Amino acid sequence: MKKEDIQKHELVPSHIILKKEEVEKLLKTYHITKAQLPRILIDDPVVVAIGAKEGDVLKIIRKSPTAGISVSYRVVSKAVL
Amino acid sequence: MITPSKKEIDKIVFSVLSPEKIRKMSATRIITPDTYDEDGFPIEMGLMDTRLGIIEPGLRCKTCGQRVKDCPGHFGHIELAMPVIHVGFAKMIYAILKSTCRGCGHLLLDEKEIKRLKGLHEKIVERGENTSYLIKEVVKRTGKVSACPHCGRDKLKVEFDKPTTFREGGHKMTPAEVREWLEKVSEALGDNLRLLDINPKVARPEWMVLTVLPVPPVTTRPSITLETGERSEDDLTHKLVDIIRINQRLQENRDAGAPQLIVEDLWELLQYHVTTYFDNQTSGIPPARHRSGRALKTLAQRLKGKEGRFRSNLSGKRVNFSARTVISPDPNISINEVGVPIKIARELTVPVRVTPLNIEEMRELVKRGTNPKPPIGVTYIPGVNYIIRPDDRRIKVTDENAETVAERLEVGSIIERQLQNGDIVLFNRQPSLHRMSMMAHKVRVLPYRTFRLNLAVCPPYNADFDGDEMNMHVLQTEEARAEAEILMKVQEHILSPRFGGAIIGAIHDHISGCFLLTYKNREFSRDEAIYILSAAGYKGAVKGSMKGKEIFSRVLPPELNLEYTAKACIGCEKCLKEKCPYDAYVIIKNGKLITGAIDEKSIGSFKGEILEYIARKFGNDAAREFIDRVTKLSVAAIMIIGFTTGIDDEDIPEEASLQIREQLDKATEKIQQFIKAYNEGELEQIPGRSLEETLEMEIMRVTGRARDYTGEIASKHLGMDNSAVIMARSGARGSMLNLSQMAGCVGQQAVRGERIHRGYGGRTLPHFKKGDLGAQAKGFVSSSYKRGLNPTEYFFHSMGGREGLVDTAVRTSRSGYMQRRLVNALENIKLERDGTVRATSGEVIQFVYGEDGIEPMKSIKGKATSISLLLKEVEHE
Ligand SMILES: [Mg+2]
Ligand SMILES: [Zn+2]
Ligand SMILES: [Zn+2]
Ligand SMILES: [Zn+2]
Repeated sequence: MKKEDIQKHELVPSHIILKKEEVEKLLKTYHITKAQLPRILIDDPVVVAIGAKEGDVLKIIRKSPTAGISVSYRVVSKAVL
Repeated sequence: MITPSKKEIDKIVFSVLSPEKIRKMSATRIITPDTYDEDGFPIEMGLMDTRLGIIEPGLRCKTCGQRVKDCPGHFGHIELAMPVIHVGFAKMIYAILKSTCRGCGHLLLDEKEIKRLKGLHEKIVERGENTSYLIKEVVKRTGKVSACPHCGRDKLKVEFDKPTTFREGGHKMTPAEVREWLEKVSEALGDNLRLLDINPKVARPEWMVLTVLPVPPVTTRPSITLETGERSEDDLTHKLVDIIRINQRLQENRDAGAPQLIVEDLWELLQYHVTTYFDNQTSGIPPARHRSGRALKTLAQRLKGKEGRFRSNLSGKRVNFSARTVISPDPNISINEVGVPIKIARELTVPVRVTPLNIEEMRELVKRGTNPKPPIGVTYIPGVNYIIRPDDRRIKVTDENAETVAERLEVGSIIERQLQNGDIVLFNRQPSLHRMSMMAHKVRVLPYRTFRLNLAVCPPYNADFDGDEMNMHVLQTEEARAEAEILMKVQEHILSPRFGGAIIGAIHDHISGCFLLTYKNREFSRDEAIYILSAAGYKGAVKGSMKGKEIFSRVLPPELNLEYTAKACIGCEKCLKEKCPYDAYVIIKNGKLITGAIDEKSIGSFKGEILEYIARKFGNDAAREFIDRVTKLSVAAIMIIGFTTGIDDEDIPEEASLQIREQLDKATEKIQQFIKAYNEGELEQIPGRSLEETLEMEIMRVTGRARDYTGEIASKHLGMDNSAVIMARSGARGSMLNLSQMAGCVGQQAVRGERIHRGYGGRTLPHFKKGDLGAQAKGFVSSSYKRGLNPTEYFFHSMGGREGLVDTAVRTSRSGYMQRRLVNALENIKLERDGTVRATSGEVIQFVYGEDGIEPMKSIKGKATSISLLLKEVEHE
């Protein structure tokens, strides 16, 4: 079976890996540490598809029923068990 | 007085009590099951031993030497003849037994695996996360092992029979054997106990099998003396008596060398008593009962559930400065006010500090005493109940001492003044499902015994006056009062955060009144106009007779411009707007109502366009004033016009009745045709449905249409001169469906969305032939409510009605629990000043609140702005 590119599916929002400077800027604007960001599991299909590593911060651009387009950030992290 | 503790809590560690610890903290060993001797004095080493603390005034505690008030009570202990399992730890014990070797006590894992798990454990601790999941992993992994990798002993299957029995390889283990095993485990594992989620510094597995039982202080289980002089003991004491009795018998039998069987029976009985002492609702064993048959309330029951310590005493508490009584309506007070009965006002107080500036005033107040006689023409003046002197002494003001206390009043005292008009209080009706369930009101002290509230605030509280009660809380500090006034006052909640519209607004007769006033622009004489306008507090002049729309316009803000369709709009194909024949197109220009009748869509709660617009455009003060005025205006109008409804509102002419009959007969005939077609196999099947389903659907369609037709016929003969129609069309109360059911035909009754089919074999009731699929036999009610239902119809109607009742009952309990879980999950989440939504330690939940950052209360139906509204506004300028 041919492997589909899940990122092309309309229900999958776009995930972009942030550059180091961008991450620093993000943490600074919100006065937070990486641990306070929402998490995304390292074996999440999107993470696998874009090849993000543990500790990477993803910028997620979603369609939103209230705002039209909404931007959110998640840090890639390993599951404990 | 209570001296504040100087110690600060840094952390709390939960552990398991060791037998040594239990003995060490014990004031005495308890050996006799008796409590008091013949003289009513506590027996030494009995359950009420005075070393365990005292409950009678006058005595001194033998342990700490203090009196009732100061002695905190002290633990005792019982030495158990044989060990027993602690039910609370049974699950944990099971997990340990399953994952360890009975021979050597080691984990049933090889060194490599243990090392790996230890690494994992460290990582979890590092992250500050919950380590309790690890034990599940350990148990899972050891389950695959067949022999001990350390000593080679075969692993036998360990079984757990709830609540307290363990078996190894099918053989029942005594608690003593379990304890031996656990001892081996703590010996062998040492620090590796952490893998089983046990901190070896504070807990050892074998302590989960009890050899010593702590006896709680008497202060936690006080006995009460009944009026007859008889003593009644606490449930815990009863249970402890049982434990000691059996413990004694077990010891005697064992020491006397009684047969093994007898000893084992007694041992099991002791286990039963200890188990029920901890939790009397343990599944698998019958609850211990009182002589009267009532189940005993033991330790777990004291803590668990809605009536338990946590939910009833720690999360929730009884409060002072509060009152509860029945509510009743008062259209003459503002929505911001609450009417408080004099009796309640005299009981509840506000603390006022005496200063050099107000001392004379306060003196006068104190002089009045607790029940001052108001001057003529006034119904109530506040008095003073208590004075708190600067030395913290509390003095009750009485009629006798009022004069002297007032003379001696000094600066720095606090007087507890009775409620007076204008005091800020919180007013609440349960269930408190949203923030509008508790709002701040200003007090209006009134005669009689009920709380009075304006009808426009009924919707947010979901209150009516069929016996509803509400609670009132008097605020005690200046900060609280300021906060309540700014954030919680009723007028601050006219717009609901739920849907960005007005939740406070006119209901029932207010809507009928405004509708009658403005519909088709009725004319009022000068006297009538003056009566109506003065009721609304209008101060301007009335020159001559006035039209209804003109009268209504006088309470509108002069700068108001609005245009919308009213509730009465029937959605004509092409809207004629201002020329609408039903007067259902509202145009307000510069505060003048030009066309359209005012109904639910204009001023009603949940819908009121005018309310919403005024609140947003002119502020909450203006909105409050508008609501207060418009409700009074409409009440005056409806009184001038006159309004009543009765069953004769559903009278329809003979010919209409005949038409309805005709329609119903036609429907019955049509149904018969369908049944015939079905029986002859000629019914055309709907795709995806069985033949039976097709028939049912066709019949349901016919009966539905029949009801609609009859409703149409009925409403054709019920015009806008009919009170019931006026209420339905204006949205005041009832619907056209209600009317057509009363005048025309009630229609098909359904259970679970299907025609009624249950009952006797092959038929719904014995009145019908078996297999009858006709309308009447399957719950079609062709009578109207007014004509009355025949017995079979009445029965079917009850079936449908019962389903409705059950549904609501189930829905409320389910949604209540769902709300509780939601609130518990979300209560710590907070909107921060930077617009992010965060959990307690600053974790981001949303980067922008609601993704769009819009406060729903300030939104226009959930949106930041409304383009169409903006355009209209520009147009007018
Ligand atoms: Mg009620
Ligand atoms: Zn004491
Ligand atoms: Zn072993
Ligand atoms: Zn229209």
